[in-house]
Amino acid sequence: MSVAAPSASDIRPVARSQSLKFYGIWVIVAIGLVVLPVIFSSGGSLTSFSLIGIAIIFALSYNILLGQTGLLSFGHAVYYGLGGFAVVHMMNAVAAHGWPLPLPFIPLVGGLGGFCFAAVIGWVMTKRAGTVFAMISLGIGELVASSSLILRSVFGGESGITTDRTALPHMFGWSFGPQIQVYYLIAFWVMIAAIAMYALTRTPFGRICNAVRDNPERVEFIGYDPHVVRYLSYCFAGLFAGIAGGLTAINFEIANSAYLGAVQSGLVLFATFIGGTAYFFGPILGAILVTYLQLGLTSLTTVWQLYFGIIFIGIVMFAPGGIAGILMMHRPLLRAGTLGTVIPSYLLALLPTLVLVGGVILGIETIAHYTASQGEGNVINLFGIPFNATTPSTWIIAIVTTIGGFLVARMTWRRIVEAWDRAARGARDQGYLA
Amino acid sequence: MTAAIEILNVEKRFGNVGIIHGLNLSVAQGERHAVIGPNGAGKSTTFNLISGHIAPTSGEIRLNGDVISGLRPFEINRRGLSRSFQVTNVFARMTVWENVRCAVLWATGHRYAFWKNVDDLPEVRQRTAEILDDINLLHRREVPAGLLTYAEQRELEIGITIAGGADVIMLDEPTAGMSHAETERAVALIRRLTEGRTLVIVEHDMSVVFGLADRISVLVYGHIIASGTPDEIRGNPKVREAYLGEEAH
Amino acid sequence: MLELIVISTLNGILFGMLLFLLSSGLTVIFSMMGVLNFAHASFYMLGAFFGYQLTKWIGFWPALVLAPLLVGAVGMAVERYGLRNTHKHGHVAELLLTFGLAFVIEEVVSMIWGKSPVDYRVPAILDFPAFTLFSTNYPAFKIFMLAVSVLIFVVLLIVLKRTRVGLIVQAALTHPNMVAHLGHNVGRVFMVVFGVGCALAGVAGVIAGPALVTQSDMAGLLGPILFVVIVFGGLGSLPGAFIASLVIGLVQTFGVALNGSLASAFGPLDPSLGPSVLSDIWNVTIAQIAPILPYVLLVLILIFRPMGLMGTRES
Repeated sequence: MSVAAPSASDIRPVARSQSLKFYGIWVIVAIGLVVLPVIFSSGGSLTSFSLIGIAIIFALSYNILLGQTGLLSFGHAVYYGLGGFAVVHMMNAVAAHGWPLPLPFIPLVGGLGGFCFAAVIGWVMTKRAGTVFAMISLGIGELVASSSLILRSVFGGESGITTDRTALPHMFGWSFGPQIQVYYLIAFWVMIAAIAMYALTRTPFGRICNAVRDNPERVEFIGYDPHVVRYLSYCFAGLFAGIAGGLTAINFEIANSAYLGAVQSGLVLFATFIGGTAYFFGPILGAILVTYLQLGLTSLTTVWQLYFGIIFIGIVMFAPGGIAGILMMHRPLLRAGTLGTVIPSYLLALLPTLVLVGGVILGIETIAHYTASQGEGNVINLFGIPFNATTPSTWIIAIVTTIGGFLVARMTWRRIVEAWDRAARGARDQGYLA
Repeated sequence: MTAAIEILNVEKRFGNVGIIHGLNLSVAQGERHAVIGPNGAGKSTTFNLISGHIAPTSGEIRLNGDVISGLRPFEINRRGLSRSFQVTNVFARMTVWENVRCAVLWATGHRYAFWKNVDDLPEVRQRTAEILDDINLLHRREVPAGLLTYAEQRELEIGITIAGGADVIMLDEPTAGMSHAETERAVALIRRLTEGRTLVIVEHDMSVVFGLADRISVLVYGHIIASGTPDEIRGNPKVREAYLGEEAH
Repeated sequence: MLELIVISTLNGILFGMLLFLLSSGLTVIFSMMGVLNFAHASFYMLGAFFGYQLTKWIGFWPALVLAPLLVGAVGMAVERYGLRNTHKHGHVAELLLTFGLAFVIEEVVSMIWGKSPVDYRVPAILDFPAFTLFSTNYPAFKIFMLAVSVLIFVVLLIVLKRTRVGLIVQAALTHPNMVAHLGHNVGRVFMVVFGVGCALAGVAGVIAGPALVTQSDMAGLLGPILFVVIVFGGLGSLPGAFIASLVIGLVQTFGVALNGSLASAFGPLDPSLGPSVLSDIWNVTIAQIAPILPYVLLVLILIFRPMGLMGTRES
């Protein structure tokens, strides 16, 4: 790089223009959240947006552990669920005693619930990091989920505990009965929680979390106790997960033991990792995608969870940075102006890759329909084309498109790698890539 | 004057294997002290014992007169002792700037603060910039540490070690794997940065040792066989036999 | 009472030996490769379903041999095409890969064989009571299960103590860092070890399938307990895994068999108090809390001995 060597006194605080840009993004997001239901006003989309908003908070809270501190948890739903139950009990208590606590403040109770449980159990759990922590989080998750079925008076057994959000004191004349009002409540908390969690990454504590993630051993030699860092991080994650769980309880007016189970813990891990853990916005993308897929796929196919698993494995193997990682990989190329040389190879790869994906989907759906119907005739409607699961031609098409698509796609993928290497070299020469 | 580091009769056993036995060593304040010895003599173990990475089986270690044996590494670090590692041990995914800044945070009293903006702490920024300037990495501050060249990583390693302002600095083979020119630069750097502080250094390169150290201790099979000024060590027949003699073969 | 103790001890040891068939493979894989195979219980499930399907096609005895081999082959393919490529991204990525795999295997199994239990029966030749103890008929198949797991245990011991591969595995258990120095064969050694570990899990599945329930959620139910076993025993310790397997096997079996509750011991609570956490705890039977006992043990060991019973390793 042909930059003149800077001296220590040149390092200034963040430039004003940069901080303006930064606040600008948040303002735009806030406006977007306000306007969204005006553009898509159907009941279905309001429900979807509400769920996505909650998923965003939940995934961001998970990333405090995984992305920021390097803690892989298989039991994060515990705090989500406990937050939900805390909120339901609080709402029922508020309604029963006539306390002057309006609904918009209630999610805080969920956060408190998640935080308190994390604060109690976290110290023991975060003694160890790495694989052991992952196993312990799984065990604690099972412990809490099973216990919730025993303590029926608190968790309501299989059916859960219901509540009525309109029974609380109204605020600004809002009863929070209609979904649109609940949506705005959730959007408000998404903003609060996202800003708070982003701010957390910009604190001394947030930076030390990153250091613990990268190298816990070395952290001990710069004055920090990694156990304390992990513990605090765990408590914060519990706090925000509790807020997310509380919002879910408000949204559905119920909390049940499924909230704190392994499936919920798995989903938040999927969302966060698929979105990308290395960037703050990664989990947001992941939460949007996974929730959207979950809502969309459940009505289309019985084996939607299988697709989740396959997407997840694909990301782990080929793009461990997640979607955010893939996007950010292109930034230096964009700056260096060499991105254009990669695009043609992408376009070339698009068709065979789609054929491959189509073949895999056809194969999976065919097997699913074949076994579900015990071999009786059954028609699958895929992309508007009907296929019969029992006719050999369907099976042959699935096999041929899968294998053929893979062989051709693999060639085009190699071209991407080559084009990419050239573009990256260009970016490196210009100093946009280290 | 109390010694900066005092090791009294320290023993370290792993299972039945004794690595360190009857270790006694005293490093005066402000002294540059080199520990040399053949491979497997226990130099790294000694470093790990002093810095709290492992606890001694028996014996006592004092830092500025206070007993520190049995304390955790971060407790010892907070009392003013900082060490580097033989194998580069930086925060690979964080930038050079973040690496040094993290090492500054505890000493500047920000600890686990989760209510302050880390970019908004003038004294932290100032000190980070000075240290980066000192180790000549200011122009590389935005680069993730894992992408630095080997020599740069070694310099960053030293930067992280001194960033907290500890008055006892321990460097574990800081020039290992460096070219001749890089070594000279590193030695000048070490000399400058440890001015007025106590330095304990493990080093294989004898020109570095004899050029830098006020005193030298020779460790063989977990035991100090000689301790003295460079001239005394050069003339010591036991050292020649046990250590320098081996080198001549 | 004596009857209950004897039968539960037998059942507990049996369950413990089954757990050890799984936890031993998991431990060896972890020690050598640093990978905690989250999908290990899924290979056990695959063993059960392969066993069921092959029994239908070619009979139980060929299935007993063939199904574990198939599971081992699947395991080797996973190592070769999955884990080996993920290795460069670190252990967390490897763990996540096996996590995703466990998810996918469960979905595939329930897609092919459905979500309800399949009719995997004890082979006719073993379908008789082996002996009658007090008033309980103890099935011959359970004795057969015990015999198979003990046999494998003995074979494993001999392999570990007497063969070259066994020596490598042993060395890896005590000096995890030395595996890297095995030379150019390391990839194949990993693949074989992973395959054998999965095949052992497969054996457990084939023989446990008829006695327990063969269903697509069996991996999800057993998996967490398996991880409790290896954390409890100390990650990377085979003797630890053995002791922990037996302890957890016995604890769970006795838990399920005992029907006592605080209410039965001290009399019912005053009904006027109404339902509360206290009444929940007062009335729950030991049998009902049996499923959570392993996790309670996990918490206890974490508090009092974070390394696990025989563990020496940090991570």
